[in-house]
Amino acid sequence: MKDGFRQSMAWLHTWSGLLVGWLLFLVFSAGTAAYFRDEITLWMKPELHQAAHTPVPQAVALGHAQALLARRAPTAQRWFVTMPSEREPAVRASWVPAKPEAKDGAAKDAKPKGRRRFESAELDPATGEELNKPRATRGGDFFYRLHFDLHYMSPIWARWMVGVAAMCMLVAILSGIVTHKRIFKDFFTFRPAKGQRSWLDAHNVTAVLALPYHLMITFTGLVTLMFLYMPWGVQALYPSQDRFFTDLNNALPADARPAKQAVPLAPLAPMLAQASAAWDGAPAGRVTVNFPGDANATVLISRQSGRTIGYDQPDMLFDGTSGRMLSSTRHTGAATTTRSVLYGLHIARFSNPLLRGLFFLSGLAGCAMVATGLLLWAVKERQKHAKRLAHGGRHIGLRLVDGLNLAAIAGLPVAMACYFWANRLLPAAMAQRPEAEIRWFFIAWGVTALVALARPTRRMWQAMLAAGGVLFALLPVLNGATGGAHLVTSIAHGLWPVAGFDLVTLALGGALLLAAWHLQKPAVLKKPSHKPLAAEAA
Amino acid sequence: MANALKSPGWAYRGGVLARAVAAIGGGYGVAALWAAAIATWLPAVKVEAALTGTMIAFVVYPCAVMWCFAARSAARAWVGLALVALPAGAALALHASMNGGVA
Repeated sequence: MKDGFRQSMAWLHTWSGLLVGWLLFLVFSAGTAAYFRDEITLWMKPELHQAAHTPVPQAVALGHAQALLARRAPTAQRWFVTMPSEREPAVRASWVPAKPEAKDGAAKDAKPKGRRRFESAELDPATGEELNKPRATRGGDFFYRLHFDLHYMSPIWARWMVGVAAMCMLVAILSGIVTHKRIFKDFFTFRPAKGQRSWLDAHNVTAVLALPYHLMITFTGLVTLMFLYMPWGVQALYPSQDRFFTDLNNALPADARPAKQAVPLAPLAPMLAQASAAWDGAPAGRVTVNFPGDANATVLISRQSGRTIGYDQPDMLFDGTSGRMLSSTRHTGAATTTRSVLYGLHIARFSNPLLRGLFFLSGLAGCAMVATGLLLWAVKERQKHAKRLAHGGRHIGLRLVDGLNLAAIAGLPVAMACYFWANRLLPAAMAQRPEAEIRWFFIAWGVTALVALARPTRRMWQAMLAAGGVLFALLPVLNGATGGAHLVTSIAHGLWPVAGFDLVTLALGGALLLAAWHLQKPAVLKKPSHKPLAAEAA
Repeated sequence: MANALKSPGWAYRGGVLARAVAAIGGGYGVAALWAAAIATWLPAVKVEAALTGTMIAFVVYPCAVMWCFAARSAARAWVGLALVALPAGAALALHASMNGGVA
């Protein structure tokens, strides 16, 4: 650590990367899957695959949703309508049921700690018919939440853990760049079957090829939760974070109340038309009605996301009884816009399918970068202690790293695949179905982790990769067999979200099987080793 | 690194620990001070100032961490952190005294 800047940075790179590597692998994998959370959710609700997808005017879809809401939730506090889009063909009407009447003191106690309970229904936008209630599932949202809230633990603790890991990652990336003498040459360098060199080359290739992405995703990831990690800037200026968020989101002040005086809601279609016209014809993404049917009703219409990189969408607020526009979107300052763009870059909702595919590939490169980095440490360490290990010496740290590497890198795909299998094999009407699906994810991962820690051998790598490969590659078959639109139908009908899921899982399964098959070839190493994982280096 | 290859002595380990504490705790402190100082002194709307300070803090922190491990000794790492923290701390103290309260 004393031998010059580059060496000390190499040391920092190694340790900041290794210590949080396994958690980072989980975050990267789940986050990468979350780019397609809508598609995953759709795949996991095969009941919705048949919904016809014919574009309808937004006013028609909104009208159907409003009719349903007026029928089903006339006394609700708030209505939300999520307009149909290419990624989610159905129109979704949700509402927050009216609070039971209570005195002020009691109301405070009754304030729900978690999220407010929503109820919702999904409609065919053209006919307004309610779609078959799909099976209950967390769908792709599970991966989205998993990548920063983890599971089975307090989300705040989880976010701190993930934040520490992300900060280590940021440090590892920056120190990795500094360590790198020949960043450009490494673009074109790969020396296969050369043991440690090959792992280093693979690490460099996956890291350097997608370097801007890695740097961006890590920094923006921290930015999405920065008010939790670094509240001091806000605290210096605001008495409470709530106040700050009201300012930031330009939200309805928390003390808005219904007037308790029934006044019919003004027609929504003209408001929709006015908003859309102001956005050069861009469609609306969400319509919120506060206190529908009350004299204090307001209607907030926000633009469909996916038009700009920034996360914040412009919106327009209307008086709910007269239909008059009250305010149109905020003026946004430089810092607000910067944050909105950083946030938007992270979640990538702006991108068309091709661009999102590239984000997905970069995310996979991130997984590979973390994985090769972890393996590289093990390979190097084994070489350093080759003599001692050859004479039956023990290296507890290395043994642990071997086990964790196997559990994370080969075990996680098995767990993810099991989640999808559980989605189709558990009874559709089962109680607490979403939790049961998630439980299968963790059961599968727990089993692979135990096996991995017990016997981190080359055989075990092969077996686990093969298991993950088979489970993934057969998902398209499972889909067709359990009521989903199988590949032939989905491609023929242009149901690309579903077809894409099947094709991607097929490819991932193929890649895992290829890796398993590759391990069967005799290891090419300078010094043959009896120890199982050294052979990994081939 | 040379040290690390030989069986590392306690002096070396202590040095690493001191640097790690400086990097993780000290670095965070420096970043937090800058976040608050920029937020209070930036002549902008409140939301904007708070956001700017917070985002800059996330650039300060990793740089501080790298400094702590690049410095020639753990003591130097701490001194460097203190030097960077000083202007931000002074600005905050000044602001607090001008407003007659804790910032």
